[in-house]
Amino acid sequence: MTDKKHHHEKKHEGPWEPKIIGFLCNWCSYAGADLCGVSRYQYPTNIRAVRVMCSTRISPHLVLDLFRAGADGVLLGGCHIGDCHYISGNFYTEKRVKLMKKLIEEAGVDPARLRLEWVSASEGERFSKVVTEFTDQIREMGPCKAHDDDMVKTRLAAADDASVTFRLRALVGKELNLVDKGNVYGNKLDPEELQKILDSATEEEFERAMILELAKIRAMSVKQLGMIMEVPTDRILRHIVLLRQNSKIAMEHPDGFTPLYKTIEIGGEQ
Amino acid sequence: MTETETKKEEIRIGVFVCHCGSNIGGFVDVPSVADYAKTLKDVAFATDNLYTCADDGLTAIKDAIKEHKLNRVIVASCTPRTHAPLFQATCEAAGLNKYLFTFVNLREHCSWVHMKEREAATKKAKDLIRMGVARARLLEAQEEVKVDVESSAVVIGGGVSGMTAALSLANMGFPVHLVEKENELGGFVRNLNNLFATEKSAADTIKPLIDKVTSHKNITVYLNSTINSAEGFIGNYEVEIGEKDKEAKKVKVGTVIVATGAIESVPEGLYGYNQYPNIVTLTEFEILCKKKALPKLRNVAFIQCVGSRGQTVSYCSRICCNVAIKNAVNIVDNYENMLGLAEKEGTVVEEIPVEQKAPDEIVERRRRRRGRDRGEEGAEEVRLGPTDKIEVTVFNRDVMSYGVEHELAYNKAREKRVKFVRYTPENAPKVFMKDDKLMITYFHETLKMERTMEVDMVILSTPLVPQADAQDLSKKLKVPLGQEGFFLEAHVKLRPVDFATDGVYVAGSCRGPADIMDCAIQGGAAASRAAIPMAKGFVQAEALTSVVDETKCSGCGTCVTVCPYGALRKNDDGIAEVIVAACKGCGCCGATCPEGAISMTNYTDAQLLAEARAALDEEV
Repeated sequence: MTDKKHHHEKKHEGPWEPKIIGFLCNWCSYAGADLCGVSRYQYPTNIRAVRVMCSTRISPHLVLDLFRAGADGVLLGGCHIGDCHYISGNFYTEKRVKLMKKLIEEAGVDPARLRLEWVSASEGERFSKVVTEFTDQIREMGPCKAHDDDMVKTRLAAADDASVTFRLRALVGKELNLVDKGNVYGNKLDPEELQKILDSATEEEFERAMILELAKIRAMSVKQLGMIMEVPTDRILRHIVLLRQNSKIAMEHPDGFTPLYKTIEIGGEQ
Repeated sequence: MTETETKKEEIRIGVFVCHCGSNIGGFVDVPSVADYAKTLKDVAFATDNLYTCADDGLTAIKDAIKEHKLNRVIVASCTPRTHAPLFQATCEAAGLNKYLFTFVNLREHCSWVHMKEREAATKKAKDLIRMGVARARLLEAQEEVKVDVESSAVVIGGGVSGMTAALSLANMGFPVHLVEKENELGGFVRNLNNLFATEKSAADTIKPLIDKVTSHKNITVYLNSTINSAEGFIGNYEVEIGEKDKEAKKVKVGTVIVATGAIESVPEGLYGYNQYPNIVTLTEFEILCKKKALPKLRNVAFIQCVGSRGQTVSYCSRICCNVAIKNAVNIVDNYENMLGLAEKEGTVVEEIPVEQKAPDEIVERRRRRRGRDRGEEGAEEVRLGPTDKIEVTVFNRDVMSYGVEHELAYNKAREKRVKFVRYTPENAPKVFMKDDKLMITYFHETLKMERTMEVDMVILSTPLVPQADAQDLSKKLKVPLGQEGFFLEAHVKLRPVDFATDGVYVAGSCRGPADIMDCAIQGGAAASRAAIPMAKGFVQAEALTSVVDETKCSGCGTCVTVCPYGALRKNDDGIAEVIVAACKGCGCCGATCPEGAISMTNYTDAQLLAEARAALDEEV
């Protein structure tokens, strides 16, 4: 943390420049970026590309982690739908990006900071346009709030935690199958219905993760949590009941009549 | 979070920054980038070269690996998509595992796209090096897995494609199991009368092929048989062949070729099919011809694109124009012969009075045009039908008579006065009955008027559509179908007979309507593709695969459903297991696994994050 602050202060020495990470798939977007270079189409220097085999490799955790680490924008590049080198990889990318955007929004960061673009290996010029446009857009939006807003930092941490929960990952992983092929009973789910389920699950998981993040710092009452998170207390209480059942939070030092809750931290992060 | 060091050994990274002549050096301060690299943690050696890919550049890498005991190598030059194999081989030659090599792209992703910003481009180049170093620190040596390939194949489908594929493989010396669901070989061609460009009957044309297949010592033919199940991966498939009324048989093969063909769609509800008499599909017409069971004909109409090109199906079925042209010419040329038998049974061929057929103004216009074409004065009276006895009209949207022979056949048909009348989908011909007579009303695009004519037979050109069991087979083999339900090849241009899944290949009409020549070509192509791993005897899987942490896996099976290659399965303990030979390393399972139990070799979360996070750090 202190490390970042230090960097952050240093940054103000020159004019602010957006930091943009691009995850590009090896077969289309990365190759498109290569062709862009070969054709000498110019674009701003802000983007730093990381090559992955397929855009489907990018889990929400990777993206949220980068926003926590100070990225101002993240660009995901994949093959056009139907052209994925791995047949169906980008279908899943699309689903995951929806979840990522929802989580980023929950965290209080503009979801437009994450952009998904399909760029084929033959679209060199398009790559430069996409990068230029995205860089300009981020420049206009200014530095990501996660740089100096501690609340946004905490919320991003919660969003990151929520993204790795079994429930959200399983839902997103199964979404395509549930809609296209049906569940084990052969019933196909209505995409809109499923989206509602996913949205409410995302909200719930985010709120739970947020409670755990906040109660990690110090023990808190339901009322305090509700006020900070701007969530009704009955909802907070329901989350806490569930979190206690799962041994993730403990009641601590009842202060008068108001119970306080503190996150149980198991071992250290590996 | 501290980086977990993978091995206790000291990490010694060598960084080679390439000028690429002036391609990088002209726009980025390369020496300062190399100097910067030296300041980074764990970098034991850094230098710049004019051309790293040239002999002296490669030698410099090898020497430095030995001299500085490097255990990671970074080349910062062009795109990994071209030279990665070269530098990896160089590392291996110096005794360094190729998976300990990292590529940094300074040319396509930096110097060439920031040609007017030397300072910013140099800063970016330094950032990219720092990212590469962060990734290199976390790399681990990998072993590539070698898998033996069984040198035999299953070919599914005994039509022209399947038989050609089977025969090609058998002639190369590979045992082949040819599975046909009908009770005889031949496929769709068995329905046909004669084949285009030959006078021979279809049956006579393919008989030699069938004979060769059935008598070949390397081919086992299974008639009345289908595939019950197929398990495994390239080189090691176990296919269960179910023969009607017999016990299923399991065979172990290295490769599978899918050549299940297609069927003609039934134009239910279109143009009075099944509603009025004498309305048949193209194939039904061929069968009638073959049986010499045609009714008395004076006026025949073909209607093209029945249900295809945006109606029931979106595609052009590709073969029907040419089949219709063939039959139109047949009708004109062999009409007497075709009716021969029927006539003996008492049918009488009547002459059609010319004046019934077209209004005078048209006759006159044609007469003048033809006369003018021939340069004749007072040109002769033109007969309207191909003969006085029969008239053939082909209602079409466009005539797709591609290629050399087909265009010639089209011209021939026109010479023989087969009428080609164009219609638009909005103004399609209408077939109806009036006073026991079959009638067609159509809008003549040139005359801009509606016309009605009496016909004896309407032949509907309907598209080929996928076999009913294509979906089932695609699931068993874990290969995809395209939107229209045909099998989907790995790459439409460059890998037309491969599936994306290694070891499974596709040929013929099951991947889209194909004529007999196409089928033979694709059958041969699929056989030669399948022969590659079988002749080699093994396949080597790149070490870019998923790895399951068994202690974390809860056996939920989500990874099994998302893998497009069937490279994950549940083992006997209900735990996910990776079939390394089948895995392509896309990482979908890794990003999906709800327990976070799957990681990707060489593209772990830690490696990707270290690389990306390094970009967010400020230059030190």
